Amino acid sequence: MSLKRIDLLICCGSGCISAGALKIKERFHEVLQEKNLANEINIIETGCMGPCDYGPVMVIYPEGTFYKAVSPDDVEEIVNEHFIKGRPVARLMLQDEENTFSTQKEVPFYQKQVKVALANCGYIDPESMDEYIATGGYEALGTVLTTMSPQETIDLIKKSGLRGRGGGGFPTHIKWQMVHDNASDEKYVICNGDEGDPGAFMDRSLLEGDPHRILEGMMIAAYAIGANAGFLYIRAEYPLAIKRIKLAIAQAKEVGLMGQNVFGTKFCFDAEVRTGAGAFVCGEETALIHSIEGSRGNPTPKPPYPALQGLWGKPTIVNNVETFGNIPTIFLKGAEWFASMGTETSKGTKVFALTGDIKNTGLVEVPMGITLRELIFDVGGGMTGGHKFKAVQLGGPSGGCLTVEHLDVPVDYESLKERGAMMGSGGVIVMNDTKCMVNIAKFFMDFCVDESCGKCSPCRIGLKQMLDILERITSGHGKEGDIEELQRLGEAVNKLSLCGLGQSAPNPVLSTIRYFREEYEAHIRDKSCATKVCLDLMHFDIDKSRCIGCSLCARKCPVTCITGSREDKYTIHQLDCVKCGNCQDVCPVKAVSRIPGMHPEVITKREAEAKSGNHHDE
Amino acid sequence: MTLEICQKYAPNKDNLIQILHDVQDAHPQHYISPEAVDVIAEYLGVPANHIYGVLTFYTMYSTSPRGKNIIRLCESPPCYIKGSDNILRKLKVLLGVQTGGTSKDGLFTLELCACLGVCGNAPVMMINEDVYGDLTEEKVEEIIERIRGMK
Repeated sequence: MSLKRIDLLICCGSGCISAGALKIKERFHEVLQEKNLANEINIIETGCMGPCDYGPVMVIYPEGTFYKAVSPDDVEEIVNEHFIKGRPVARLMLQDEENTFSTQKEVPFYQKQVKVALANCGYIDPESMDEYIATGGYEALGTVLTTMSPQETIDLIKKSGLRGRGGGGFPTHIKWQMVHDNASDEKYVICNGDEGDPGAFMDRSLLEGDPHRILEGMMIAAYAIGANAGFLYIRAEYPLAIKRIKLAIAQAKEVGLMGQNVFGTKFCFDAEVRTGAGAFVCGEETALIHSIEGSRGNPTPKPPYPALQGLWGKPTIVNNVETFGNIPTIFLKGAEWFASMGTETSKGTKVFALTGDIKNTGLVEVPMGITLRELIFDVGGGMTGGHKFKAVQLGGPSGGCLTVEHLDVPVDYESLKERGAMMGSGGVIVMNDTKCMVNIAKFFMDFCVDESCGKCSPCRIGLKQMLDILERITSGHGKEGDIEELQRLGEAVNKLSLCGLGQSAPNPVLSTIRYFREEYEAHIRDKSCATKVCLDLMHFDIDKSRCIGCSLCARKCPVTCITGSREDKYTIHQLDCVKCGNCQDVCPVKAVSRIPGMHPEVITKREAEAKSGNHHDE
Repeated sequence: MTLEICQKYAPNKDNLIQILHDVQDAHPQHYISPEAVDVIAEYLGVPANHIYGVLTFYTMYSTSPRGKNIIRLCESPPCYIKGSDNILRKLKVLLGVQTGGTSKDGLFTLELCACLGVCGNAPVMMINEDVYGDLTEEKVEEIIERIRGMK
């Protein structure tokens, strides 16, 4: 291997690939070839660097220059200026009003982050085992196998305070201890990579960016509980993650880091990848186990817990990808080090996926206990487009939303739960003041209705009932008592459902009722959606003082409900309007606007219909 | 052909999901035919109704013929917040189909799917195994035209 003077790290996480990272990499190869620099510069494809919104991003070492939003056309300039003349290209660096952030370390997005699970993501080539080993990879496994007993391994995890990162926050060591204590000829370790929560992509990024870390974590777990086989269950929607983890398994087997007598000990381990086929419920551990067994992913009641009767009836632990991602570092740096981060009950760091109306969307890892304000405004850079922060949905469709008054709440398992949200897998969907919370709640409910497996009736029927009520409310047919009915149903579904999907599905509705009740009431009583999102609860109107009578709107109207003339100006006939918005789009003088509230004519018509028995619902 | 795919795997029931993926991918119309189900059932020694149960449970499998390219637009909240409904409307117009439909030329099937995990670049869609992010109506048009050009 020849020594190269520059390392060019190109983020090839799925986000940056979707933004064109692979074309940029190809272009670099071409340009470097042309200029005879191919053997001076090392091009490395890394996993996700985090700031997806800036993508495609790259970091150039030794100095650590950070370039964002690079396009193939910029490549030649980078090579000429930066690589040949040593003058970094300032226009591709992150800039705000006052500063230019030339290196990755200076970028505000990274300032409050502490990377444990993500330590290598965006730093090493995920397809090179040597690079993983160079960062201390497999050292923890070696230490555990050669110097510690399984019980000592579990005790160390207990001391670290690690809790499951997939949603529930169940203490990892308890699961391990249960399986350890359960004598059986066969035991299994399962890595749950069926990341289905909308707004969460940390598992994908970890599997794509640092696959060996996950394998190492799994093997340490396997040793602790006495298993010698494991499965990684990964969504079929993540083809790159599947490819990279399979490659990592093959590499580890080739050098004997997986297989028979690892590190010359008695420990033997074999891992296989199983893919899903598009079913959110398979993230639930019993459903996941049935899916691995080749059946429908229906959950089954617990107990028996998988720790007693799991895969093929044998004791099994199911841990999340991120949980495994923390394990090697805990053994390398010590349980005390890990426990020194975070809060009393939530130790260590947590990876969050920032999405929605926030400037820096992407993947971040911060110490537990950081406030929402720091997470959203410091790390996330605040809101886009000058809008105000309205709410944040934590924990995907299982979680709840929090508001401005919660911005100083520390992010840990208990604090969030107390307020009706949950850590979940770490999806953080930030919403600005143009979002209608009733509509958002309906959207999450729609997702859960789609994904309900249908096995138990509270979830199958209860959620559908809740969705019907929400649809009624957002279409202007809401009535007194709907809110209470939603709450009653929500509590019933929560108490009676078989698995976590149904138990947590009412959360978005219950939490939005808790914090945005007045919005529900305005939808029901005033037939008005203040954010003008719910089409039935707003109307279009033409401001005659602005209208120039050009007739563009009338010509673009698909239902010809706009009439008028140059002299009289134009009017929308509200009863026929289908709210397509064409008139607003084409108006050259912005005379058409959206007005909150159902138009009085429509209200009168609906009331008349209701009286004559021509009901929309029931 | 289905049998050859099956034979890449041991005849154990737990390989069913992978076999179904492979059989579907190998079919030019991306679906699993009743004949294929019979072959798989015999190979694995499980009743055909078990296979139908699995087949219809998971959203990625299809029991009816589809287009050459499967477009899967994410309909989850992070993409919705960033305007995925406009993208859906655009795709419907471009392809002349409704959700679930296949374009007349047989090139595209338009489907909605749950989160694709590229939420940092919402709205997002996948065409076959490629992810396209930060979608705008113009970008969608470009992507579709490019694939049409490749045929």
